[in-house]
Amino acid sequence: MSDRRKALRYRSRILQSEDERRPETHPLTWRLHDDGRVVNLEDYRAQEGYEALEAVLKGDPKAVIAAMKEANVRGRGGAGFSAGLKWSLTLQGGDMPRGYLVCNADEMEPGTFKDRLVMEQQPHLLIEGMIIGAYANNSKMGYIFLRGEYVECAHVLNQALAEAREAGWLGTDIAGSGFDFDIVLHSGAGRYICGEETALISSLEGKRANPRAKPPFPGQSGAWGKPTVVNNVETLCNVPAVMLKGSDWYQQLSGDRTDDGGTKLYGVSGPVQRPGLWELPMGTTGQEILELAGGVRNGRKLKAWLPGGASTGFLIPEHLELPLDFDTVGKEGSRLGTGLLTVVTEDQSMVSVMRNLEQFFARESCGWCTPCRDGLPWVVKLLQALECGEGEEGDIEMLAKLAKDNGPGLTFCAHAPGAAMPLETALKHFRHEFEQGIRHPRRAAHADPIPVGEI
Amino acid sequence: MATIHVDGKAYEVNGADNLLQACLSLGLDIPYFCWHPAMGSVGACRQCAVRQYKDEDDDKGMLVMSCMTPAADRTRISIEDDEAREFRASVVEWLMINHPHDCPVCEEGGHCHLQDMTVMTGHDRRRYRFRKRTHRNQYLGPFIAHEMNRCITCYRCVRFYNEYAGGEDLGAFGANDNIYFGRHQDGVLENEFAGNLTEVCPTGVFTDQTHSDHYTRKWDLQFAPSICHQCSVGCNISPGERYGEIRRIENRYHGEVNGHFLCDRGRFGYGYVNRTDRPRVPAWRSQSKDDPVELDVDAALGHGGSALRAARRIIGIGSPRASLESNHQLRELVGADNFSTGISAPEQAGLERMTELNRTCGLPTPSLRDVEAHDAIFVLGEDLIQSAARLGLSVRQATLARRHDLASKLGIPTWNTDAVKTHGQDRLHPLFIAYPSATGLDPVAVRRHALAPNDIARLGFAVAHAIDPAAPAVDDLDSDMAEAARTIAQALKAASRPLIISGASLGSTSVLDAAGNIARALARRAARGGLMLVRPEANSTGLALMGGHSLEWALDELTGQSADAVVVVENDLYDRAPRDRVDQALAKVQTLVVLDHQYTRTLARAHLALPSASFAEGDGTLVNLEGRAQRFFQVYDPRYIRPQSRIHESWRWLHALGASLHRRPASDITLDDVTHGCAEAHPMLAGIVEAAPGANFRIEGLRLAREPHRYSGRTSMRADQAVAEPRPLQDPDTPFSFSMEGYSGHGRPRQQVPFAWAPGWNSPQAWNKFTDEVGGHLRGGDPGAKVMPLIPGHHDYAGNLPDAFQRQPDRWQLVMMARLFGGDETSSRAEPMQERAEPAHLTLSERDAERLGVSEGLPVGITADVGEVVLPVHVDPGWPDGLAGLSGGIGGGWANGFMVELVPAGNRHNRPAGAGEARPWNG
Amino acid sequence: MNPSNSMPPRTIATDGDGFSLHPDDLEAIRGELHHFEQPQAACVEALKIVQRREGWVPDGAIPAIADALGLGPATIEGVATFYSLIFRQPVGRHVILVCDSSSCFLTGFDELRQGLVDQLGVEFGQTTEDGRFTLLPVCCLGACDGGPALMIDQDTYGPVLPKDLNDLLEAYP
Ligand SMILES: Cc1cc2nc3c(=O)[nH]c(=O)nc-3n(C[C@H](O)[C@H](O)[C@H](O)COP(=O)(O)O)c2cc1C
Ligand code: SF4
Ligand code: FES
Repeated sequence: MSDRRKALRYRSRILQSEDERRPETHPLTWRLHDDGRVVNLEDYRAQEGYEALEAVLKGDPKAVIAAMKEANVRGRGGAGFSAGLKWSLTLQGGDMPRGYLVCNADEMEPGTFKDRLVMEQQPHLLIEGMIIGAYANNSKMGYIFLRGEYVECAHVLNQALAEAREAGWLGTDIAGSGFDFDIVLHSGAGRYICGEETALISSLEGKRANPRAKPPFPGQSGAWGKPTVVNNVETLCNVPAVMLKGSDWYQQLSGDRTDDGGTKLYGVSGPVQRPGLWELPMGTTGQEILELAGGVRNGRKLKAWLPGGASTGFLIPEHLELPLDFDTVGKEGSRLGTGLLTVVTEDQSMVSVMRNLEQFFARESCGWCTPCRDGLPWVVKLLQALECGEGEEGDIEMLAKLAKDNGPGLTFCAHAPGAAMPLETALKHFRHEFEQGIRHPRRAAHADPIPVGEI
Repeated sequence: MATIHVDGKAYEVNGADNLLQACLSLGLDIPYFCWHPAMGSVGACRQCAVRQYKDEDDDKGMLVMSCMTPAADRTRISIEDDEAREFRASVVEWLMINHPHDCPVCEEGGHCHLQDMTVMTGHDRRRYRFRKRTHRNQYLGPFIAHEMNRCITCYRCVRFYNEYAGGEDLGAFGANDNIYFGRHQDGVLENEFAGNLTEVCPTGVFTDQTHSDHYTRKWDLQFAPSICHQCSVGCNISPGERYGEIRRIENRYHGEVNGHFLCDRGRFGYGYVNRTDRPRVPAWRSQSKDDPVELDVDAALGHGGSALRAARRIIGIGSPRASLESNHQLRELVGADNFSTGISAPEQAGLERMTELNRTCGLPTPSLRDVEAHDAIFVLGEDLIQSAARLGLSVRQATLARRHDLASKLGIPTWNTDAVKTHGQDRLHPLFIAYPSATGLDPVAVRRHALAPNDIARLGFAVAHAIDPAAPAVDDLDSDMAEAARTIAQALKAASRPLIISGASLGSTSVLDAAGNIARALARRAARGGLMLVRPEANSTGLALMGGHSLEWALDELTGQSADAVVVVENDLYDRAPRDRVDQALAKVQTLVVLDHQYTRTLARAHLALPSASFAEGDGTLVNLEGRAQRFFQVYDPRYIRPQSRIHESWRWLHALGASLHRRPASDITLDDVTHGCAEAHPMLAGIVEAAPGANFRIEGLRLAREPHRYSGRTSMRADQAVAEPRPLQDPDTPFSFSMEGYSGHGRPRQQVPFAWAPGWNSPQAWNKFTDEVGGHLRGGDPGAKVMPLIPGHHDYAGNLPDAFQRQPDRWQLVMMARLFGGDETSSRAEPMQERAEPAHLTLSERDAERLGVSEGLPVGITADVGEVVLPVHVDPGWPDGLAGLSGGIGGGWANGFMVELVPAGNRHNRPAGAGEARPWNG
Repeated sequence: MNPSNSMPPRTIATDGDGFSLHPDDLEAIRGELHHFEQPQAACVEALKIVQRREGWVPDGAIPAIADALGLGPATIEGVATFYSLIFRQPVGRHVILVCDSSSCFLTGFDELRQGLVDQLGVEFGQTTEDGRFTLLPVCCLGACDGGPALMIDQDTYGPVLPKDLNDLLEAYP
């Protein structure tokens, strides 16, 4: 491989060095090597690996749930639902069959590149977290639903699964506990919607990835109608440390920045000096993170930012002071989402950015419900028209209406509301930019429809 | 029951429903697309949004999809809420973005759910100014046309086709706003219920191709409540006529029989009514060798009367495809002693056995709706999808219903279709089938036992014995069969409502006796079970109740010259008896009078041929397989468009012929007279009078309209003949008018609904306005009346067990295989049916094919007393050795149980003959 | 990525390319069945297995896979046309997936795309005349800190500037 090409190779990395990352403060990343090589079973075992599992297997599965509830580990997939609470709602016992634990490793939210890091470099942390989760939820089988493009992750995970199986951490009678559990890696075939937990289950079952109505929740009737727990990679990676060090320790990791405990994999992408990924206390502010990224590139000014992926709402520079936790961001018309910031600079057109985002959501719609399937392409067309100065009076109102009609509860799943939130906030903060695309009064009818976009 | 509050008013509803269903049942309009009364909710289209409030104090509430929200007690919603209305308007606007707006040329126009909903939501201005995306269409066979651009992506089609009907060749393809519903490649839609797509699809994506070829708007069709004549299930249909032709058949909702769905034979098999070679005027010849001359009615009756007067003895041959009234009137004409049912002796014996079993076995005969509530089913000797398709569809639903039970344990409501399915997976109610070849229900069966008829009977006897040791045991059963019998018996005993289904398909009374023994054994355990017996034809049940001599008797009487005149009603003897036998009998006959609506080989030999009404031109009563007498009504008067035609119901002809015979003045007779006469003459049939209201029935003093009130051009339709405005024809037989004048509303409950229409509801979804609750019963009562009541059963088990089937060295036992397409006498005369039917073939086991040195597709000559046919071989790996399966409907007297010789035809016939040979019109 | 994304979709398959599953593939597909409660779950993997050998999923593979899994062909086609990484049209020897999502969009996607279009002479959804490359857009590759990013076959690159393309493409003959 030519050096030039080697240099172009994308590598997932954390921008904190080994010295910075400590077991007490960086539960997710302290074992990672600076050179990015995989933390293999031997490494992992030598550094507290599988100790949490060993301890847990000796105790009551209910205790695991209790501890998780107490630690209040909130879902890192974007919705922030307490993992402990979710687990406590999983049906088990009685004549209920044993179900499944599914790790959501579909990471496709634009602007999100965190789960990849853990899976590529520290697979056993995820595996240990899954086994503990399975024990708590009485799952008989685990699936890692990995997006198809994560070839390297697949390679590393498969190797780690083999190692773990060999070492007796997976399979029958795990560590002499009498508990049976194994994990299968399922690699997807594209489509963002597969990340939505019920669509993910459809996809796992080999179907078109249409989401499913809730209730019943997956914990009641999920994959193949069995109780199923779906958690994000990062959520599951938090589990071993919580079990080992306790919920109080976990809570204080974030100090008094926020009520949410623990650390978070925060990151920045877009036109900044040093885009990257850091494990920081929950509630770190946008300002601090942006500083770690060296600020906006080439001395330009920040115009807007998304706190956690394309489906979160736009924030503006004045929001940089806020602690980035689930509740605070929620109050500003946005969401924490995945906690990976996307930065827009002053010279970039919000209309174009919005058009790009909406093209993504329209294309990635599964096509099940009407507002999402047919409403979003209309949004795209309107934005395209505005972008090229073909807008008409009323277009902005129409966009606002479309955003509203794609809000929570009106569509079948949270995909379309994810498309609506950035649009609503962009219209709120940057309406003037959209207005500039309007050159025409509303026309009665068009002899020839405006050929905007793909035909 | 639950109380819900809708826009401030309190209503009592069924708390197990969802809000949409509950509101529609109350008569409140909420627009919807993806929900369907028979298929539940999936929440895809988002059209049914309403505002829901938490409690009295909540004045904000939130929008919810009514189809996905339980109608729980104390639910408070608003349909009228502004924001809900606006959102619903938006939904239609989105659905119309890519819709071609081609209503003027779209065949759905005028009975389109999408049109109705668009009007209901008030969307009338297009604001989307960009380009539409377009799709290519597919060829889907002779029944269904495809126009994908009209699709609104409600997913109903695939949900019906795959889940409800078990089809595998229709799918949803693509993603985002580029979703396509079709086959993976062009080709005939394979499922036997594909036709329902035309009604399930809320717009014009899937339309009736047979209708397309002579298209007429719904409002320009003339309808009457009718009964499908294509099998013994008796589905209720709405045939639509224009210009003296049936143009399409639509489902007519019946809460107990067909519900929302028909099979494709019933829907698309009507073409025989429109055949140009139909007899339309009387034809007479005094000598068989003469050419017939066409006569007017009086002359024809005069000739007929005097010819019959000259006869020494007249016998009559009726028909199980003709109405009770026509059969009865024939019996009146010739006398009970001289009346033959026109059914072959073995078949008639089977029918009589079925009547007896249904009446005395101690288990009731369920309706189709009831079938769906049974939780273990054993089918003996029927391939239901072929022999009684709509019943097969109900059996499928019965097996799937286990998912409802499982889901309800988790609190998942029945209407939450996808959740019910996900939770239940492939846990189904047990279904066992004993039939020699693969059947359409195998995918939902625990097991199918591929057995010869005798062995099916033995298995059945063994099951009965395993349920009740007092039932005769079967000796020397092999261990597999014994085990099978135990398993089936176990499942039937464990069920709260076991159902036994059998019938006439294999022509074996032993199989019927076996089914009867199981039923009796279950009845002795006081099980709430059922026994359902499939008859071969539309009125087989009714005719068996009427009784008469067999066809063989009639042929013998003629051959032996103890009768010299015969009146044959709607029966092609060549279809039911060997050609030589019929030829011999007819050769001796001095006077052959044939009444039929088809130009049959029998009619071609008639001295006097009288043109009968088909179901479309006449009224009458049929009794279906559950003993439900159902009236079908004349859809149109053939003279309106073709004044020269002289088509009348057979019963009317026979009455007039009788008058002529006895030199009585030809008094008028009406349907009610004949129906009453029939009921009086046959105590078993006394109930048929109640099957429908008589001719004097009126609503608000009005007749019932056959034509929608926007019907256009009635007076100009005959302008090519005469410009004078004709007086609408009068109908002395029924309460219906031949015009748009009369009652056609839904406000006053009524049973007999020619076409379903309500203001704002032009599509078949209008049926919701006629039912007590959506998916329930017609508010005026589901039409029809049950005859053949259960009488206190005797519990005597049948004892004569057949021997195990032994394959013979050089002879094969013939098994007639029911065939949905091409398997019945009338619909197989319809062009699209001929295109859809698979060519007749011979089924053999792998070993037997090898033994004969033939392989798939090669021609084999089949020889029996009745003659020879040459058919291509189909090798079925599971088929029992020693049996030869012959496609049903090939006519010529081929029947179950014949021992036949098989000879590879080699190159003797390059083009295997088959149905084409037996039925000239197929060629 | 379904090549159809910028073209009318391929929804009507034609028959008769005489396809049959390679015995190894059939075995691999059967092997997948052990991992799941229902055979349908092996469907996505089965499509990928065929695609690994053929480069795409030919029309004939649809009924073949359906047979192997005991499902109807429409089910398989429904899945095959849903997922963007299953190709229902022939692709080039190498598939270039260019991330067109937000972070890459903000860091030079347009220039990168233009560079590729200039270099290859094809637009998204098309294959070069020599059958070497197929150019497709893809959802956020999870390489946002390395935007603009792209993936060629199994390899992810980023940030990639138009000037890098020569070097990069050279490695994929
Ligand atoms: C359109 C859509 C895409 C999603 N994609 C992902 C994803 O790629 N990864 C993920 O972990 N969660 C994703 N989610 C969130 C999941 O639905 C679900 O909330 C999450 O997996 C639960 O795990 P957690 O509680 O551990 O966060 C997505 C949600 C939506 C609506
Ligand atoms: S084809 Fe008809 S039934 Fe199927 S999704 Fe489209 S509109 Fe609905
Ligand atoms: S009818 Fe309720 S969402 Fe379609």
